[in-house]
Amino acid sequence: MQNKPSRSLLTYAIVYLIFLYAPVMLLPLFAFNDSAIIALPLSGFTFHWFGLLWQTKALHEALYNSLMIALITSIGSTTLGIFAARAAARYEFPGKRGIMGFIMVPLVLPEIIVGVALLVVLIQLGMSLSAWTVIIGHVLICTPFSIAILQSAFNNMDRSLEEASMDLGENRIGTFFRVILPLVTPGIISSLLISFTISLDEFIIAFFLTGTDATLPVYIWSQLRFPARLPAIMALGFLMVVLSFILLLTAEYFRRRANRITGNSTSSEESIF
Amino acid sequence: MAKSKEDENSIIVVDNVEKHFGTVTALDGVSLEIKAGEFFSLLGPSGCGKTTLLRMISGFDTPSVGNIYIGGTDMTDVPPNERPTNMVFQSYAIFPHLNVAENVGYGLKKQKLPKDELDRRVNEALALVDLDGYGPRESHALSGGQRQRVALARALIMKPKVLLLDEPLSALDKKLREAMQGELRRLQRNVGITFVLVTHDQEEALTMSDRIAVMFNGKIAQLDTPEGLYKRPATRRVASFIGVMNFIPATVRKSTDSTLSIDIQSLGKLDLATHSRHQAGDKITIGIRPEMLTILYRKEESAEYEFEAIIEGAAYYGDMTYYEIRLIDTDITATVSMRNTAGRPILEIGRKTRVGWGIESITIIADD
Amino acid sequence: MSDPKSSSFKRILPTMTPDGWSGLKLVSPPFVYSLLMLAAPLVLVFLLSLWTQNYLELDRTFTTANYKEAISEKLYQTLMIRSLTISGIVTAVTVLLAYPIAYYVAFFGGKRKSLWLLLITIPFWTSYLIRVFLWKVILGYNGVVNGSLMGLGFIEEPLSFILYNANAVVITLAHAWAPFAILPIFVSLSRIDHSLLEAARDLGDGPIRRFFRVTLPLSMPGVVAASLIVFIPTVGDYVTPKLLGGTDGLMIANMIQIQLGKANNAPLGSALAVSAMIIVASISIAFVLINRKFLKTKT
Repeated sequence: MQNKPSRSLLTYAIVYLIFLYAPVMLLPLFAFNDSAIIALPLSGFTFHWFGLLWQTKALHEALYNSLMIALITSIGSTTLGIFAARAAARYEFPGKRGIMGFIMVPLVLPEIIVGVALLVVLIQLGMSLSAWTVIIGHVLICTPFSIAILQSAFNNMDRSLEEASMDLGENRIGTFFRVILPLVTPGIISSLLISFTISLDEFIIAFFLTGTDATLPVYIWSQLRFPARLPAIMALGFLMVVLSFILLLTAEYFRRRANRITGNSTSSEESIF
Repeated sequence: MAKSKEDENSIIVVDNVEKHFGTVTALDGVSLEIKAGEFFSLLGPSGCGKTTLLRMISGFDTPSVGNIYIGGTDMTDVPPNERPTNMVFQSYAIFPHLNVAENVGYGLKKQKLPKDELDRRVNEALALVDLDGYGPRESHALSGGQRQRVALARALIMKPKVLLLDEPLSALDKKLREAMQGELRRLQRNVGITFVLVTHDQEEALTMSDRIAVMFNGKIAQLDTPEGLYKRPATRRVASFIGVMNFIPATVRKSTDSTLSIDIQSLGKLDLATHSRHQAGDKITIGIRPEMLTILYRKEESAEYEFEAIIEGAAYYGDMTYYEIRLIDTDITATVSMRNTAGRPILEIGRKTRVGWGIESITIIADD
Repeated sequence: MSDPKSSSFKRILPTMTPDGWSGLKLVSPPFVYSLLMLAAPLVLVFLLSLWTQNYLELDRTFTTANYKEAISEKLYQTLMIRSLTISGIVTAVTVLLAYPIAYYVAFFGGKRKSLWLLLITIPFWTSYLIRVFLWKVILGYNGVVNGSLMGLGFIEEPLSFILYNANAVVITLAHAWAPFAILPIFVSLSRIDHSLLEAARDLGDGPIRRFFRVTLPLSMPGVVAASLIVFIPTVGDYVTPKLLGGTDGLMIANMIQIQLGKANNAPLGSALAVSAMIIVASISIAFVLINRKFLKTKT
């Protein structure tokens, strides 16, 4: 049914896209706006707010925390994701559907439930909140995303590729490094980038589970009640969004490359479902 | 079947192999010997165990019971990377992240050859399968037929004692398949090593093989040359699986050491110069191939034996016409194939005709 | 094979193969992690909801008092009902708005389908917090909407009904969940066999009838999935009501956080959380079952 779409449908699609992008478009608008008030009309262009960010020590600490947490989270969730994706793609074992379903559950749970549950446990155990408690929560919610991305890569790896490698004289280790790893590497990179981004941007669980080490979103939250700080927050938000865009587009590039190498379609809905 | 395992001609000996997956029996006591340098096929429908057997020879599966000898040595428990066999997989299993030359040279990496030597060997292998110059091509840019040749080159470069092929032609379209059948045969003769092919396509097996093992339900039903299988099928099932066979009931009149006298319903009484375990009064089945029956178009044509039949169906294939006939006054039907040579009309349905046959055309079919 | 222990073991795990063991071993790190970090804490939350907090002491005698309070107190009832209502409206609005664009991309996206999907989803992989905050900027007293409308002369006074109440929450959440509703609908629309539509056309149906008789019913699984994907997390949203809800727009998650924090009543917070989860789960299951019945009678 590839006849031309009706004008109204196309118009709707474009208007909808504008609606989707509208809030995010405000960031570049006000991050460079030479006014202490976030309102129209715009007054001149300035880098002043970015300069302010550069000088804010608390921000630097929050940035450092966020980066460390995101880094460790991405490595942790990708590692767990590799285990689960490989297991699901290659083996049949009893309870497989239930086990995999359970590991993927954080995708549909409200983040507050995850945060509350972990908080309760940590308090009961008398443990103090810190960056590590945030990492625990982030790994929990990022692992399902890693699995979704990696499962695609592992599933598409024809089992006979491994057998062919062994038939030609390689042992299991050689096969892993010469066949499996190269084919899965783009998926691994994609998973690392996506979990990194999710952790970087995540607010609720960090809010509940962080002690004195704020992450960037938690820092932003603390600044929201001060109107004077808003333009700087806009600048910060702008930077974070740009960073997320870059990371995600890179992740998508690697995901597509992975699919191209294994010869599959590049539909992005597969990466999410 | 404990033939000498050091028999110089036998490159592969399968000794009473069984394979059970839980309660399912995939191989139910299979024994065979494959001679060095022959083109051997395992033929059967899906699920008969042929692929399981091939995987055991290649080392990807181990028998539950029994042994496998390759080149005289017991290799039952030897892993696949240590066997002198190489396999062409059904899906070809071309490594997508390597180009053609890297694929073909994959197995030689361990030998740490100098680059020149490696390139020379790779190009040699590519030339063998008519893919000269394809070295730098990317894997995803290959057609089905080209992938198959790359898989062949990749396996043959290893100079295995036995090349195993798992339904290598099933993914190709008809014309390409037929072309490749001839090429595989030529390649095998050229290279001189043993080929073991698994297929469900009996035409494929017949055209390419020196000997064929027909398998049903995890057992070998008959192991013979193509001609032997076609002309003297051991069982009804083998007869139906290889080509088309007409089955006609008959009764034994008399059985001696040298002669078997039978009465084939509507076809007449015959004496066959053969010895059989059947006794007088036994009901047996006669098999006769469609091409062994001849339609006698004109009055002056005749044959050793004749009968009358009615044409009930005609299928025109261009070079041949296949007629469904019914023997007059019976409900016995048969298929007759006639070449459409000049002067032969296509007979219409309902027409009565004489059909001729000779005594060497028939074979006695054992019950399964 | 006459060892009774081994044979009963084999009966419990009849399909256990060496492959199966490898699989279980391999999946155990992530599985155990989930058990420890999700299952165990959830169990603890449930237990906590049955205990009572006396200032700094935790009284571990089982009681359903917290649930009684959670269900019968007017305040919590209001919050729960409001949360459900807001989520319901958000779900309906989001799914309705998402359908046409999913339809457009599925049927008219052509070669650029994945580009469209990328364009649609990328903004939403950025920080949720920032996006919610931006809506506050847009809808605020001096915000973009008011500023532009006043500047253009359409209104004299800033509109106040668009911020610090439930309306603001609905608008913000409808935006936040848009792509997550688009994707499942898109997937189920693109799976529709086009020859079915051609057959319907062949049999005389015009485009509108074709849509209602073929396309819509076949896309229902996607619509149901989209509804659940939006509804379930929205009920538990914390950030949007807190930033934009004012007093009229607070939702259940905010109350849970208060109980766990300032009010120092973790058991009550847990009871609220558990009740909310049960209610949401029941509504979701009922929704799925009703749709299944609806689809069955149609086909």
